Formats: sequence, structure tokens, C-alpha cells
Amino acid sequence: MSEIIKVDNVTMKFNLMEERVDTLKEFFVRLAKGNLLFNEFVALKNITFSVNKGDILGIIGFNGAGKSTMLKILSGILRPSKGKVIVNGTVAPLIEVGAGFDSDLTARENIFLNGAILGYERKFLKEHFNEIIDFAELRKFIDVPVKNFSSGMYARLGFSIATMVRPDILIVDEVLSVGDFHFQQKCEKRIQEMITRGTTIIIVSHDIDMIERLCNKVLWLDRGQMKDFGDTMSICEKYKQC
Amino acid sequence: MHDIFGYKNLIKELVLRDIKRKYRRSILGYAWSMLNPLLMMLITAMVFSNLFRFDIQNYALYLLTGQIIFTFFSESTSFSMGSILENGALLKKVYVPKYLFPISRVVSSAVNLCFAMPAMIIIMLITGQKISFNLLFCVVPVVLLFLFCIGVGLFLAAFAVYFRDAFHLYGVLLTALNYATPIFYPTKIIPVEYGIILKVNPITYFLTAFRDVVYLNTIPTAEVLFTCLIISISALGIGIYSFYKTQNNFILYI
Repeated sequence: MSEIIKVDNVTMKFNLMEERVDTLKEFFVRLAKGNLLFNEFVALKNITFSVNKGDILGIIGFNGAGKSTMLKILSGILRPSKGKVIVNGTVAPLIEVGAGFDSDLTARENIFLNGAILGYERKFLKEHFNEIIDFAELRKFIDVPVKNFSSGMYARLGFSIATMVRPDILIVDEVLSVGDFHFQQKCEKRIQEMITRGTTIIIVSHDIDMIERLCNKVLWLDRGQMKDFGDTMSICEKYKQC
Repeated sequence: MHDIFGYKNLIKELVLRDIKRKYRRSILGYAWSMLNPLLMMLITAMVFSNLFRFDIQNYALYLLTGQIIFTFFSESTSFSMGSILENGALLKKVYVPKYLFPISRVVSSAVNLCFAMPAMIIIMLITGQKISFNLLFCVVPVVLLFLFCIGVGLFLAAFAVYFRDAFHLYGVLLTALNYATPIFYPTKIIPVEYGIILKVNPITYFLTAFRDVVYLNTIPTAEVLFTCLIISISALGIGIYSFYKTQNNFILYI
């Protein structure tokens, strides 16, 4: 099995902006300390792991553990303060569905815009246009500006576009919790199809049952530290007990 | 920059989006790109040919060339200035090379400029200006100005992320530039001691070259073109450098 993602000793620091410096004295004290405008916050500390091609990795942890930061680093949105990330392949991030939507444009126009953001040619999108619309079940609303969509419709369209493009790595952040039961099943089926096709998938979820069902590896983060990494069953057992 | 051609499809989509949004639900739609400069020119021409008299022949064309060039500069740069901040929501969710946003905005303005060209030709025909193959040469100063605007746009987009006051400041600066560029007045009314203003204003050079072709029906001098080239390359250099230096931290500020 070849390594498709390698995360080597990654640390992510944020400078939390402090909006105000109230007094002149405070200004000079902070200037001397070198943190005039911010306080430092370490979101991830010395994380090292790797993912093989075809793996389904679940990332678990409580709120504020650094899960979303990890996903953003993996998809190239954030650059780590220290350490290295090597990704061999195309990434389709589903950190928030429909992130690339422009609310003034219609569903049809957004398919082309969002597809282009994910790196797809107009020709490819034209060929798969019907497939995208049918999966999202939005044929009736194809020329309606998406600002008039319900959140469920929005999510369906976003998911449909992102998974139509056949990425090497799919990154999913809690999107499956949107939409009704029927659509959730459809999404899970689509993800299963992608798994059989050999797509590497990284999922962040609080739904531990779903992690157990889908993933073969789990990364457990706790307040920015790597608590555990490895086989799904044993880690999920431990996670449930805490 | 090597993958800019890989993303040309995205640039195309972003430009299409800008244009579609601009004219969404307006009845005349794209015709506004042509009508706008014409109407603006008419009003300015009325004001200045009745209130203040400048001794310029074919004032309509003189004015229109000035306005087309200056509008392209001001629109493209102020438009690309906000491009990173306005697409912040997107940049936080998906990886896209960030320079695409300022560049696509300059391209959108360039498309607008192309729409204004028929208006210019109509005025040339009406006023009996000679049209020859020479006119094709006006592409050269426009392309040089385009590169200049990309440079300035990249710089401003990066700058505005860290320094929000820039928007207000730039609005003022644009007004000042508007008066410092010989758009509606002839260069010779500027007193000698203030001549320096036109000399340090980069847009003057692009406008001079453009007017040489369209208004005077000659080929611009090598000196002017060379100056334009130097200005464009320096602006591009500064823009690309400052953008690349700062772009990794954009996400933390938007």
C-alpha cells in the first residue's frame, strides 16, 4: 500500500487577534514582549501520522480538539506553522457544502462555478450535468438562484457536485448530518461507492457509530495533541468510555 | 504562477460570474457597458464645453479616450482590492490559488473595456475622425496598462487584508489621480511648476500612448511605450512579490 498522505510533526499556531490595546502603558509592555496585536494559541501540536491509499480515516475528538484545523491543513487551506504535510493526489474538500456557491447565481451556473473551483473543466461538467442534478433531486429548481434554496437543497447540491468530481482524496466534515434520513443514506451509499473505487476518505464526525461503520483507521485528537492513532475498534472503545 | 493556465477555466468562470452579477435583472444588460462611458462622456462634455472652454478639437473623443483608460484603471484596481476579503468565505473552505481572485477581477474590467470600444468607434465615426489600420495599435498601450493593473491589483488586494483603512484611503487617492490625469483638460493648461504631477502619474503615460493612436492617429513614440513597459514590469514585480510574501497568512486575517 502506498502512502497518499504523510503528516510529519505538524504544529499549528494561531495569533488570536486582540482588538484593543487600551492604554499607552499596555502598548509599551506588549511591544516589549513582542505580541502587540495578538496572543498565541496552539491549535495542533506535533502531529505525525500517515494515510495509505484506499484508507478511510476517521478523526474524532471533543469540540476544540483541532479536528477542523487538521482538515484545513490537509486540504491546503492552512499552512502549518511547523512541520510538513505531503499529499499525493487531488483533494476534494467538503468542509462545508456549497462553500463555493454564489447565492445570486442559479443552480445551473453554480454547478459550473463550483466545479471550476474544484478544478474541473466545463466539458466534464457538461457531460455530468444531468447526473449532478438528478442526484441532488433538484431538476425543478435548476434555474432558481440558490439564495432561495432551503439548507437541505443547498447541501444536496453541494454534496452532489463535490462527489461527482472523482478526487483521489475526499475530505468530509460533518456534512452527512444535513439533509433528511433518505438523503443521508444516499450520501453514505455514494461514499461506499467511492470506497470501492479506491478513493481515500477522511471523515470528521461526532457520530461514533458512523466512524465505526465506515473507517478502518482513526485519529483521536485531544486539545491539539494526538491522543491515539490506529485501528478503529480499539480506539472507538476507549473513546466511548471517556 | 506555473499553474495559472491550469486554472484558466476558473478564471473564465469567475469573470463570467462578475459580468452576470453586474447586469443581472437589468433590462439593457450588457449594453450598459457601452452606454455608461457614452453617457458619462456626454455629461462631462456638456459641462466643460459650456462652462469652461478648453481649446481642444474633437473634445468628445479626447474626453472619451481619457475616460475609458482611467475607468479601466480605477475600476480594475479598486475591484481587485477587495477580491481577497470578499472571497474570504470561499478561501476558508477550499484551496484555490489566491492570486486568481485579483487577476480575474482585472480581466472582468478588461472585458468591460472591450464593450466600451464600440462606443469609441461610434464617436469616431460621428465626429469624422479618420479610422485606419493604425487603430489596431491601440491594443499595445491597453495590454501594458492591463499588466500594470494586475500588479497594482495584487498589491492592493494583499495590502487591504492587513489594513482595512486602505479602502477609504484608496477612494481618496483615486479622486486625486482623476484630477492629476489629463482626462478632460489639455496638458498645456498645467502651469510649468506643477508639470511634475503629470510626470509622476503613471497613468498619464498609458493615456498618452492610447491617445496618440486613437486621437492623433499616429504611432506612439518608442520613449512613451518604453516608459509604459518599465512601469508595468515594476508594478507587476512589486505586486507579485508582496502578494507571495503575505498570502500564506491571509487566511488568519479574513
